[in-house]
Amino acid sequence: MLRLPAFEFQPARSVDEAVTLLGEHGDDALPVAGGTDLYANMKLGLFAPRVVVGLRSITALRSIRFDPQHGLRIGALCSLDAIVREPAVAEHYPALAQAAAMVGTPEIRNMGTIGGNLCLETRCNYFNQSAEWRKAMGYCLKRDGNLCRVALHSDTCKAINASDTAPVMHAYDARLSLVGPRGERTVNIREFYQNDGAHANVKRADEILTEIALPLPARGTRSSYRKLRLRKAFDFPLLGVAVAVATDAGGSCTQARIVLNAVGSAPLEVEAAGAILLGTHLGEEIAADAAEEVFKAGKPLENANASLLYRKRMLRVIAQRTLEDVIAPLR
Amino acid sequence: MSIAPSKILATLRVNGRDATLAFHPHATLLEVLREELRLTGTKHGCELGQCGACTVIVDGTPVLSCLTLAAEAIGRSVETVEGLAVDGTLHPVQRAFLELGAAQCGYCTPGFLNAAVHLLEKNLEPSEAEIRDALAGHLCRCTGYTKIVEAVALAGRRMRASIDG
Ligand SMILES: Cc1cc2nc3c(=O)[nH]c(=O)nc-3n(C[C@H](O)[C@H](O)[C@H](O)COP(=O)(O)OP(=O)(O)OC[C@H]3O[C@@H](n4cnc5c(N)ncnc54)[C@H](O)[C@@H]3O)c2cc1C
Ligand code: FES
Ligand code: FES
Repeated sequence: MLRLPAFEFQPARSVDEAVTLLGEHGDDALPVAGGTDLYANMKLGLFAPRVVVGLRSITALRSIRFDPQHGLRIGALCSLDAIVREPAVAEHYPALAQAAAMVGTPEIRNMGTIGGNLCLETRCNYFNQSAEWRKAMGYCLKRDGNLCRVALHSDTCKAINASDTAPVMHAYDARLSLVGPRGERTVNIREFYQNDGAHANVKRADEILTEIALPLPARGTRSSYRKLRLRKAFDFPLLGVAVAVATDAGGSCTQARIVLNAVGSAPLEVEAAGAILLGTHLGEEIAADAAEEVFKAGKPLENANASLLYRKRMLRVIAQRTLEDVIAPLR
Repeated sequence: MSIAPSKILATLRVNGRDATLAFHPHATLLEVLREELRLTGTKHGCELGQCGACTVIVDGTPVLSCLTLAAEAIGRSVETVEGLAVDGTLHPVQRAFLELGAAQCGYCTPGFLNAAVHLLEKNLEPSEAEIRDALAGHLCRCTGYTKIVEAVALAGRRMRASIDG
């Protein structure tokens, strides 16, 4: 049996209790929600907290509320499955429903939470391996070593952000609420992630993510998410593309966001691709030009389960298809 | 050196029966079911969430027991493959698996059965696509899936007939 290393389990019933427990134990403690990421990593020896603070019983963080004035507020402990089934998400934020439905497997979506998905540990072929494997390789910059095995001359870790919902949340301009011992702060998702695989977000060890707020999309917004993966279940994205575009009454594009994941340690917005779409009547040719910008901007490395060249070439293809999802209803 | 924290004494409700036992806070539900309760119908495959062999039903929802703490199952109801047959009579899904040869080595079967029963509880007339989606988190190294999908459809038809008839 592949067992978890020993730890003390402290279930928290409220946000305050969770934050107090995390504050008391400092670096010795980690929070857990669904456990589908953390426990798998712990079984591989990647983390060994002395205390694990359970968030599952904080029922206050399980609601999804939609209000036509302000938009959507999702409690961090909502399961991905609950998000897929929520009618307001399907209606107003369809790319979020698509992305959540593409995570892992049905069981993973029953267990996995949106908070855990946004705080997902970055991934790399040299990191998500057994203790024996990593020891034989001599470890890496992200854990126990001082060399990035993917980019030997890099002084930062290149592990990738493989969260399916993160690029979509970026495209919808999400704001994240973080609560710590000093109170609550709100961070726009653009400032939440950092392009360093070993320090991939700005959440402090004693903070928990409590809520994600999505503003109401502008009228006439269409959005979509697609991911590249080898199997239609189980697999993390080899790359993902989230698109949100808005058009005015005349069909001219007033807002365009194209955000990639799995090509860096943070989601990457390709502003040049969005700029091409602005002011145009979205069509196939303009989509091809935008997809070309995505192709140029996305720089995958040799650190996921498909070759770098394949992922690079598929950037254009997946971007084109995702853009077609949002322009097809216009014709 | 870290010392293992002391065990928790708790009651787990498994297949409708309460069992009071002691286990480590870091023990998974899979470990406690198999090693303490001797309910070895629940299988361990990858133990990392990548195969579905360990699937059990907690509070009506299929979850992976290899990534669930037993401590988090306290106060919830756990159902395993051992609870499917009633007084020696197989569940219709089990009978269909048996008749159609939807199990070969049988290692993946308890997980598939739990996911299939969960699907049929919500939908007795699933399409092939719905069956494949509901079972997408389960790997079988032997059967090639066709017979499994057929068995779930057959069980659904029989369960429907027994309600209608
Ligand atoms: C086989 C398999 C396939 C998978 N496929 C995919 C996939 O295709 N796409 C994908 O995106 N993910 C995938 N995952 C990863 C994971 O299951 C999901 O991302 C899931 O949503 C994680 O949520 P969780 O609640 O289980 O996280 P947990 O494991 O509980 O936590 C993940 C991390 O976030 C932290 N955390 C969790 N909640 C909070 C909070 N509220 N505040 C602060 N920190 C928090 C934890 O400390 C931990 O570091 C897969 C996992 C497995 C095992
Ligand atoms: S043993 Fe739990 S998913 Fe494989
Ligand atoms: S019957 Fe052998 S793994 Fe499925």
